[in-house]
Amino acid sequence: MRPTERNEKFDRAPEGDAGEAGGRKVFFRRRKSCPLSGKNAPVIDYKDVKLLQRFVSERGKILPSRITAVSAKKQRAMSRAIKRARNLALLPYVSQS
Amino acid sequence: MAFYECTLITRPDLSKGDVQKLVDGFAKIITDHKGKILKNEYWGLRQLAYLINKASKGHYAMLGIEASPEALKELERNLGIHEDIVRSLTVRFETMDASPSVMMQQKSGESYEAA
Repeated sequence: MRPTERNEKFDRAPEGDAGEAGGRKVFFRRRKSCPLSGKNAPVIDYKDVKLLQRFVSERGKILPSRITAVSAKKQRAMSRAIKRARNLALLPYVSQS
Repeated sequence: MAFYECTLITRPDLSKGDVQKLVDGFAKIITDHKGKILKNEYWGLRQLAYLINKASKGHYAMLGIEASPEALKELERNLGIHEDIVRSLTVRFETMDASPSVMMQQKSGESYEAA
């Protein structure tokens, strides 16, 4: 996310200082907080298929944390859980449609 | 002594009673090695996410175990040999309580006795 933001700024620089203080095109989206951290966060468990399914694409691929906003530590635990669930045929390795 | 969770999938053509007998047999291996069974869950005949041995369904069962690594080694050896077991997974845990797992809560506590 960050490199593209920097590029945008860099590209616009020769046009003048239009985007100095919070330009029109640059959006600074506030980072969502991790859905698996905090007090009431669900426990990551390979048996919890409903929870794991939220972090898997329609194809069955593990979603990157930059989309789901899961923290790095939880993402590691999550991918481990998903892989365990796949082994037990609770989640698909691949699924069409 | 450590805590383990052992989940296993059996062939779908077994009856519920067969699965129970099978799981009790594996539980006995643990108790023979001075281990304890904390959980004995039957998740039912579930749809598999992909075909295993040309079967699209399988009986799921899970054991919560407190036992020595040697006992687990023996259990896993037996799981590998048994022909009715199509898949098994053993995971070590730091802690474990006797409360039923997520699977049981979703199915509102179905057990061997029910149905």
